[in-house]
Amino acid sequence: MTTTVLPPYDDVVARYEPVIGLETHVELGTKTKMFCGCPTEFGAEPNTQVCPVCLGLPGALPVPNRAAIEATIRIGLALNCSIAEWCRFARKNYFYPDMPKNFQTSQYDEPLCVDGYLDVEVDGEMVRVEIERVHLEEDTGKTLHVGGATGRIHGATESLVDYNRAGIPLVEIVTKPIPGTGAKAPLVARAYVTELRDVIRSLNVSDVRMEQGSMRCDVNTSLTPAGQTEWGTRTETKNVNSLRSVERAVRAEMIRQASLLDVGTRIFQETRHFQEDTGDTRAGRSKEEATDYRYFPEPDLVPMAPDAAWVAELKAALPEAPRLHRKRLQEQWDLTDQDMQSVVNAGAVELIEATIAAGATAAGARKWWLGELARRANEEGIELSTVGATPAQVAELQQLVDEGKLNDKLARAVLEGVVAGEGSPREIMTARGLEVVSDTGALTAAVDDAIAANPDVAAKIRDGKVAAAGALVGAVMKTTRGQADAKTVRELILSRLGVEG
Amino acid sequence: MSDLTRLTAAELAATIAAGDVSAVEVAQAHLDRIAAVDERVHAFLHVDTEGALAAARDVDTRRAAGEELGPLAGVPIAVKDVLATKGVPTTAASRILEGWRPPYDATIVERLRAAGTVMLGKTNMDEFAMGSSTEYSAYGATNNPWDLGRIPGGSGGGSAAAIAAYEAPLAIGTDTGGSIRQPGAVTGTVGAKPTYGGTSRYGLIAFSSSLDTPGPCARNVQDAALLHSVIAGHDPRDSTSIPQAVPDVVAAARLGANGDLTGVKVGLVSEFNGEGAEPGVMAAFRDAVEALTKLGAEVVEISCPHFQYALPAYYLIAPSEASSNLARFDGVRFGLRTGDDGKHSLEEVMSLTREAGFGPEVKRRIILGTYALSSGYYDAYYGQAQKVRTLITRDFTSAFEQVDVLVSPTTPFVAFPFGSRTSDPYQMYLADLFTIPTNLYGGPAISVPCGLSEGLPVGLQIMAPTMADDRMYRVAAALESTVGVLTPPAL
Repeated sequence: MTTTVLPPYDDVVARYEPVIGLETHVELGTKTKMFCGCPTEFGAEPNTQVCPVCLGLPGALPVPNRAAIEATIRIGLALNCSIAEWCRFARKNYFYPDMPKNFQTSQYDEPLCVDGYLDVEVDGEMVRVEIERVHLEEDTGKTLHVGGATGRIHGATESLVDYNRAGIPLVEIVTKPIPGTGAKAPLVARAYVTELRDVIRSLNVSDVRMEQGSMRCDVNTSLTPAGQTEWGTRTETKNVNSLRSVERAVRAEMIRQASLLDVGTRIFQETRHFQEDTGDTRAGRSKEEATDYRYFPEPDLVPMAPDAAWVAELKAALPEAPRLHRKRLQEQWDLTDQDMQSVVNAGAVELIEATIAAGATAAGARKWWLGELARRANEEGIELSTVGATPAQVAELQQLVDEGKLNDKLARAVLEGVVAGEGSPREIMTARGLEVVSDTGALTAAVDDAIAANPDVAAKIRDGKVAAAGALVGAVMKTTRGQADAKTVRELILSRLGVEG
Repeated sequence: MSDLTRLTAAELAATIAAGDVSAVEVAQAHLDRIAAVDERVHAFLHVDTEGALAAARDVDTRRAAGEELGPLAGVPIAVKDVLATKGVPTTAASRILEGWRPPYDATIVERLRAAGTVMLGKTNMDEFAMGSSTEYSAYGATNNPWDLGRIPGGSGGGSAAAIAAYEAPLAIGTDTGGSIRQPGAVTGTVGAKPTYGGTSRYGLIAFSSSLDTPGPCARNVQDAALLHSVIAGHDPRDSTSIPQAVPDVVAAARLGANGDLTGVKVGLVSEFNGEGAEPGVMAAFRDAVEALTKLGAEVVEISCPHFQYALPAYYLIAPSEASSNLARFDGVRFGLRTGDDGKHSLEEVMSLTREAGFGPEVKRRIILGTYALSSGYYDAYYGQAQKVRTLITRDFTSAFEQVDVLVSPTTPFVAFPFGSRTSDPYQMYLADLFTIPTNLYGGPAISVPCGLSEGLPVGLQIMAPTMADDRMYRVAAALESTVGVLTPPAL
């Protein structure tokens, strides 16, 4: 392998115009699989959620899941697509052991939904991402290759297959190429996937969890040298498993392609894999020698012809678009555009909403999610939603602060315990003994001790130098190990010394 | 009681229902017949003695308890080995499924069990139903009871031979291009292909999904209709199954047996009027058409100009679908696995399994279909064949605006000697020349014996519009009322 010196990003975008495209797979949250009655729950023992149909046993036949078709149409409608009046499933033929029939029932030239768009906001600017198609297909099983150096099928001594996932309905959403976003391309990619996730979540058709694989993203990237009109050769990057990775993958691929184009090397149309640890992409199988999938209309299924009245009904019942929903929240929460943007960027909209629903004030909820928790998520490079605290816990924490049981410092310590999985804020407060000392007897004793130990300071206060009380407050806080409310301590000191505060 | 094997299914059911004979006795008589003759006929790949006797005992118990029995309760039946039978070996006559015992029953098998029929076993066929002679069975051919040196037709030669040899009064076949009708014709039995979607494909090991149709085989039209009525009807597990009531084929057969076809318009397909067919076959066919006229039918000639393209279109569509349907046979989840010795990769094991498990005709069709679907050739082959299919459907639709049914010989030649058509695949494919158009259209068709040529049976095919299966039964029963049932020489 030759080592290439990678150009700085700013140089890349000065010399090249990126074109990106995204293919997103979303596992639907239907109770049963796409073509049989098997359950779809995540995490069951291998090969326990299978039947003759999803195992592809000889003679078994598929029957389409109406709920999955409905969910796909709703996704299409939410993405402003037209819904096909008549379309078919198609077989995509290729051999792989995790695909029971050695063909995937998918859609080819007749997708269920076509020609839509999704508006996304990047740095306060609206970008319209055009949607080429939304189609429905079945997921494959999972293969574990044991013994090989690479964990891939080649060189493995043993391969284990789990068909629980085989046949779970999968929706594929494909954008048209997105040109003209320049240096913002990685941000546009991330904003699109985020917005798409929010749209799908608002429809309540999938839990869209990238870390569990219920939402998976492939990123297409190409570069066109500045001043040229013909687009460059694109690569497809897979294994992009978080919103952050979407942004990183586009950036990494732009830089890599620029480093090759700079020295006159051509870009191969190929599949690459994003490396979570290093943040770069590595070559996978080359598309130029890829399999011929021999698509043809699935003869085991009849065409789908969604009734126009039904589609109209589904359209009328769509929930408010997340973008509009956010506008409304912004007003309710009384935030500036900039503040709202930081909430969105942190992935905190729904978390804050849920925290408020659990009883917290808007300001209280925002403070914790954007402060302490966002800082932690950033440090660890994870999504805010996976940081380890739930909206209910944050609401409880804020409530304890409001009740005066925790001060800011103690609350942060309690939150640390929450994130570490020690229990609810109240449990942690009690277990760790972090409650504000409010028993005035104990506190009065501590105040009296402090006065006795610092007679000259006490004298100054008695003389009217009220500001000197700070030193005594510090001493009391020290003896109570921070578990006292500073304001209460100060009032107590002044009252013991007969001074009006 | 060896004559139990000579009774019709309707007679057997009535005798059992009346208590004159037990279902166990009937089953045993047929098992004895199988034991006596199947070494020579080889209609069966698997005889399920225990299962048959258990099912028969169950019918006897239910009868003794005074339960209402169905029209075929206690009647033995043979099932083509391409239908999944729970716990009973199912191979599609292929090495690749040797020893596979399905964990589930095909819908049709389920319905047969519910009706109280007694499954004797699984019958021989061309591997994966690809062939017209059973010579492509991985387990050896079936011999025609009329002449053991000749083919019994195919792919369902085992089912047809089993009933012709009195090993069973009824059998189930599947028809993709003629696999029920052509064996029926060359064994002197009745074979019906119902409307596509009229009988469930769930549990039928797919050859060509858009064509495969399970149907009844019997020694007479009434029995075929009875069996048809038991297995047909909507199945929610098969998306292509038609959610409509089954036409009353039993009543239609009864009506036809009166021998009166007054007011029935019969179309002779002019394109199938002799070319490529044996003179003896055409002579028997013309006599039968004459007989239909005497029964009161009005016979007119109808041109179906696109039927001549049916055979080539079929040999693109069926192999294309087969190439995809047969992809699942890879040794990973069931059936044969070859080369799993720690020295071969998973991909190699899949490839070695298919190399060892599939016979030459199956491989030929997989290769043909893979080619026809490949990018760059799709439009010229698969796409073009689908257009031809549409034109053939239009030929049928316009013909049925003028006539009630169409007739033709079932197959161009009588049972041929083994080995005479295996060297040139096209010669074998010609056996289905007259039966294939119906499959491409999706309508029903039946083959009924219409006479002999060179001492061997000749079949007449009656084709009807989709979901008008009753019409063909009426005409078939009427013809049978004058031609009679054919009886093969003693084995």
